[in-house]
Amino acid sequence: MSTQSTANTLARQHTVVAWLEDKPGVLNRVVGLFRRRNFNIESLTVGPSETPGISRLTFVVDGDDHMVDQAVKQLYKLVNVTKVENITHKPAIKREMALVRVKVDSSTRSEVMQLVDIYRARIVDVSMDSVVVQAVGRQEQIDSLLELLSNYPLLEMVRTGVVAMTRGLVGRNGNGKHKRRAAL
Amino acid sequence: MKMTGAQIVWEAMLREQVKVVFGMPGGANLPIYDALTQYPQIHHVLVRHEQGASHMADGYARVSDEVGVCLVTSGPAATNLVTGLATAMMDSVPMVAITGQVPTSLLGNDAFQETDVTGVTQPVTKHNYLVTDVRELAQVMKEAFHIARTGRPGPVLIDICKDVQNDSTDFVYPEEVTLAGFSPWQGLDEQALGQAVTLIEQAQRPLIIAGHGVQMAHATEQLRKFAEKTEIPMAMTLLGLGNVPETHPLSLGMCGMHGEAHANLAIQECDLLIGVGMRFDDRVTGKLDEFAPKAQIIHLEMDAAEVGKNVHPDVALIADAKDSLQALAAAVPSGRHEAWMAQIQQWRADGEERDILRAEVEELIPPYVMRQLWHATGGDAIIVTDVGQHQMWEAQYYLHQHPHQLLTSGGLGTMGYALPAAIGAQMAAPNMPVWVVAGDGGFQMTLQELGTLAQEKLPIKIAIINNGFLGMVRQWQQLFYGRRYSGTPMLSPDFVQLAAAYDIAGRTVTHKEEVTEALQQAQDHPGPFLLEFRVKEEVNVYPMVAPGANVGELLRRPTIVQGPSGVTPAW
Repeated sequence: MSTQSTANTLARQHTVVAWLEDKPGVLNRVVGLFRRRNFNIESLTVGPSETPGISRLTFVVDGDDHMVDQAVKQLYKLVNVTKVENITHKPAIKREMALVRVKVDSSTRSEVMQLVDIYRARIVDVSMDSVVVQAVGRQEQIDSLLELLSNYPLLEMVRTGVVAMTRGLVGRNGNGKHKRRAAL
Repeated sequence: MKMTGAQIVWEAMLREQVKVVFGMPGGANLPIYDALTQYPQIHHVLVRHEQGASHMADGYARVSDEVGVCLVTSGPAATNLVTGLATAMMDSVPMVAITGQVPTSLLGNDAFQETDVTGVTQPVTKHNYLVTDVRELAQVMKEAFHIARTGRPGPVLIDICKDVQNDSTDFVYPEEVTLAGFSPWQGLDEQALGQAVTLIEQAQRPLIIAGHGVQMAHATEQLRKFAEKTEIPMAMTLLGLGNVPETHPLSLGMCGMHGEAHANLAIQECDLLIGVGMRFDDRVTGKLDEFAPKAQIIHLEMDAAEVGKNVHPDVALIADAKDSLQALAAAVPSGRHEAWMAQIQQWRADGEERDILRAEVEELIPPYVMRQLWHATGGDAIIVTDVGQHQMWEAQYYLHQHPHQLLTSGGLGTMGYALPAAIGAQMAAPNMPVWVVAGDGGFQMTLQELGTLAQEKLPIKIAIINNGFLGMVRQWQQLFYGRRYSGTPMLSPDFVQLAAAYDIAGRTVTHKEEVTEALQQAQDHPGPFLLEFRVKEEVNVYPMVAPGANVGELLRRPTIVQGPSGVTPAW
């Protein structure tokens, strides 16, 4: 096996964006495909795009280049998927949001507020014995904040998973209405 | 013009040139069946089990080159289709399956005979639809036929709620389909084409493996011309048999798990492998890491997802096989590979030495039946095989000449496929001789379709190779599980008597000397005819690549040894 292909088989995270027709059962088709083909999905988010009737899905998949290449090609084959773009190697903005409920008392509340400040997060709910922190940022920033907050009793946590958009005009070659290339 | 949903179903089918529908009525498709009485131009074939309907539509599609259609009701009828849909999906067969569904008001309520059919069939269809509004129905029908036959073909299912069948709307059949997410990739990558030409020019020991895609693309002529111009030998996948006549000097026959030794050895020794319209299935590649270790690989394939799935090609041409082969043939210079062809010929001669048909075997053995069937039919019949040992013997000993002359469940390996698929095949080609070749095990999975055969008065000939076992499983048990025959011995009915119950003539064959005459009798009989061959029980299919082995490490046909009682093979 050549050095080149060894490098290609290294497992890592890939970020892929897909545009789907907003019809019943379409998300089920996508998720069913991931399950059937044994793709290891780290996170998946879906919501409206700028085009009415088209949803935008961002998913992060763990695996080598070969596996993500297969995931992209198999997604193309779904009739309701209008476009797929692997943005792993492109300059892109990748963001995630987390809500974290932390147990605090009068002595720890200000510490938590300081951390929140450093991480440019916000406190969005306060009660006598807890606060809810809202953090938006890159995945590793959220990871880091969560690690610090776990030193206080962390009561509850939810993360949205990554949403992503390429920078500049790179990749903005369509609104998802037409595939650049389709595999059937 | 106002029409009911049920009428729209048939109107759409007329516009899609549908002539035959295989199906069974039930509670949730009654309106569609009622409307059928207004459409006498469409022939309905009543099946005995819905699985049969799906295989019939499959057989019909493969032979007619049109979309096969089946029509059943909801719940158990729809789930009975699943095996046939999966079979068609794996072998890329264009099919439209229509299922009735409970009324929209009952959807999701676990109503009588309700199943989540689109959910159940999602992984085994190219696409599927649930229609809950009659105004969508015409569009859905149009899209379904388009998707089924366009690009890499496959089955599409339409689940239609019963109230939608009764509702009326203005019927307008769309002229064209525009699907945002479905635009078959056409057009050749010129750079890849150039690279492929260079590799072909440089190769000393090139080899083609040609699959079903060649037949689907009507590219058999292009394949032959390309191979002849470059003198590149061709091995076939199971579904690729018939891409070129097997008597063609460049044809190596089938490769893979039960492929010819010379074809498999050619794979392991070639320096350039050109896969055309095939997907490097594990039954073709054997141990993937050791597959074609000396070869650079060119992959000609229409489905981009098949490129790099199992084997990573050095050059890929993602296009219809006809386009890519035509372009390649035009771009490559003529070539000769005398040393390579001589080497293959040497392997082939060794294989012929070992051929069991060269031994003076007195018992009735299946390879002999297959070869005699080839002689009796002039090599020209449509053969529909089931799955197992007989399927491999047929592939080895019947020398196919035409595309879709062999119908078999290659990808899914569906036992019970042969009889219903043959009914579909005969409906598509009424004037062609159609033979079912099945084992005693598989035949009993769908033998109820003898009733359909009799009702449709089809002159299908049936050859049952009865060895008293689930033969291929028994072979594996013999070779890999210490000859412990767990669950494989099988009691069968008297198949000739069974056929007689359907008023189908038949004959039991127990001796080798009877084979030729029995085959002739079946052929001369004007209607259907069933032959039960009671063959020697423990005969194995060779060559064989053991699971996990590379395709060069095959269990060869045993050498024929001279014994005290003459020449016998040492199996």
